[in-house]
Amino acid sequence: MSQDFPFIDKIPLARYIDQGLDWLTFQFAFITRAISTVLGNGVDLVVHLLTYPPPWLVIAGFTALAWYLAGRRVGIGTAAGLLFLWNLQLWVATMETLTLVLFATTVTICIALPIGILGGLSERFHRAIMPILDFMQTMPAFVYLIPAIPFFGLGQVSAMFATVIFSMPPAIRLTTLGIRQVPQELVEAADAFGATRRQKLIMVQLPLAVPTIMAGINQTIMLALSMVVIAAMIGAGGLGGEVWRAIQRLQPGDGFEAGIAIVIVAMILDRVTQHIGRKHKPNP
Amino acid sequence: MPKIRIENLTKIFGEPAEPALELLEQGLDRKEILKRTGLTLGIADVSFDVEQGEIVVVMGLSGCGKSTLIRCINRLIEPTTGCVEIDGQDIARLDAESVLKLRRSKFGMVFQNFALFPHRTILENVAFGLEVRNMDPAERDNRANESLRQVGLEGWEQAYPAQLSGGMQQRVGLARALAVDPDILLMDEAFSALDPLIRRDMQHELIELQSQVKKTIVFITHDLDEALKLGDRIVLMKDGYVVQVGTPEEILASPANRYVERFVEDVDKSQVLTAGTVMRDAGAVGFRHDGPRTLLHRMEKLSYSSLLVLNRDNTLAGYVLAEDAAAAIRRGDQDINDILKTDGPRVGPDEPLTGLINLLADTRIPVAVISESGRLLGTVVKSNVLSALADAKAGEHDTPTVPDESPEAPAA
Ligand SMILES: Nc1ncnc2c1ncn2[C@@H]1O[C@H](COP(=O)(O)OP(=O)(O)OP(=O)(O)O)[C@@H](O)[C@H]1O
Ligand SMILES: [Mg+2]
Repeated sequence: MSQDFPFIDKIPLARYIDQGLDWLTFQFAFITRAISTVLGNGVDLVVHLLTYPPPWLVIAGFTALAWYLAGRRVGIGTAAGLLFLWNLQLWVATMETLTLVLFATTVTICIALPIGILGGLSERFHRAIMPILDFMQTMPAFVYLIPAIPFFGLGQVSAMFATVIFSMPPAIRLTTLGIRQVPQELVEAADAFGATRRQKLIMVQLPLAVPTIMAGINQTIMLALSMVVIAAMIGAGGLGGEVWRAIQRLQPGDGFEAGIAIVIVAMILDRVTQHIGRKHKPNP
Repeated sequence: MPKIRIENLTKIFGEPAEPALELLEQGLDRKEILKRTGLTLGIADVSFDVEQGEIVVVMGLSGCGKSTLIRCINRLIEPTTGCVEIDGQDIARLDAESVLKLRRSKFGMVFQNFALFPHRTILENVAFGLEVRNMDPAERDNRANESLRQVGLEGWEQAYPAQLSGGMQQRVGLARALAVDPDILLMDEAFSALDPLIRRDMQHELIELQSQVKKTIVFITHDLDEALKLGDRIVLMKDGYVVQVGTPEEILASPANRYVERFVEDVDKSQVLTAGTVMRDAGAVGFRHDGPRTLLHRMEKLSYSSLLVLNRDNTLAGYVLAEDAAAAIRRGDQDINDILKTDGPRVGPDEPLTGLINLLADTRIPVAVISESGRLLGTVVKSNVLSALADAKAGEHDTPTVPDESPEAPAA
């Protein structure tokens, strides 16, 4: 029996998508190439800045920052974790991964925050973006790598592009949720005193949404980290690159070392962002 | 021109409102409308005016539409039909921008559930309205501090709302509204969370404020005592409708229907009844040109021990005691020049009953109720007061002449 669909030939979906992407690549090459250059140089610069000074100095810096943002315990944990990674000789790879994640997250937040706020304020916009977010989140992350390459070439920027798309939905969703969760009575009180929409947003809605927004950013960072191994397949390097190499050479020990390093970075970023969210809860 | 003018205001919650409006036209009540259309009637056909400087108190049971009404006044809720005018301006016609301006320039609002911003300190909460107006920060904090002092919360500037008790939070809400120095204060159960002592203080504070700056106030309360104390006029609502609008006196003295009566039932009437409402016709009086014999004769006939004496133009001259009249007759006096006493108790018609009772406690003669021009309007003796109070208690149970409009009212 034939496996083919009767009556209608196969819809050439793949070809349409390819043609569409080709067209986009051609039309927007000058933009994507510019983005690629700027971001690529930016990442290189930051990685350089982080790996140029002796690691103990950088570790001291990160420890101080974590301590300031999230308290003593997280500070000590950060110091211990990073010293361990230095010892494992994964210092450069860790800094590469950290830079990539922070860049990707920054870009994500810059896009997700305005979209999330709009979604929180407008019911219609909210309904329009929900299916898109579902699509972005359920599409296997690998798939984003493929079109990223013609746009941005092999390497870190393509990896970032895929990471941004993959990790954006929770940031948008939780920003929207945070805005919508603000009690109606408080919005009404702001209205009663004649607050403009902007004032309402800045003085009431956004501050009250901060804890929820931070939860979204936290999830975004975790998703971004989960992309590093995948991104290594197109040459993003970093800790993902170490894992990838261990897989290819069947060296489970090296693979676990790099894997544990990723977990440590994840834990540090998680604790710090969680604390920022908690600090902004009303009534400390 | 009234400060606030409310005309045939109706609010239906839910869309589309037309079917509910039709049923309303047919005279169906809220329950029936909800059953047939699934829409909630907020308020129905509400009309009344509020004059500049007046305190109008809106009263009624929970769910009768008080909060809905007050929110229509500053257009936090869009009315379905009808019109609200502020200083002669129909606010339904204003665009969004002008509504904001109107709210900034004229309104202050106190919310039933406080609605304080949990992420802002008490001072920042109070300063909110001023910040919205882009006031200079130094002056803003000054005014916020001033209005915190007014409600007795100095020292709490840097605290957060969650650190304050319910009553204190309510006062912060009050301070926030006062800080913007509004023309019109909308106060939704603004004192309901306060303990009785502070509540009385706040009521006095409001009356005091009112006597100085003459704001226009719409005040919602569940508490009739509070309504009677604060209200220049009272609007009584039931199931979305206004059932009676009147001065506290009018509402107590002649409740429009059973519903109003039930509200009025447990009020301490001595607080609100006045000399004017309990006085009786003075009955027999003497005149300045009468001789002592005439007066004594009149007193003996009615077994009075004293008699009020009027001038020719009906203004009060004083009173004469029976024993003095008898003495004058023995002396052979022809007029009452020597025995007319002018130190008798006299009050205006607005004198509250509580004051009257004190006066009556240490006098043997009737209290004269006189008008501003000095004319005698009537007299009050102890028995008048007692019977008025007794009426107030018993009246509700045997007034069959009042049509019973309230299905929930207990059978008489
Ligand atoms: N936003 C809304 N949507 C739907 N129905 C509403 C809304 N607001 C109020 N209602 C309904 O309108 C009616 C009047 O409510 P409102 O809040 O005005 O009553 P109230 O007199 O202020 O009561 P309370 O004394 O309990 O505060 C109620 O039946 C309520 O359920
Ligand atoms: Mg209410």
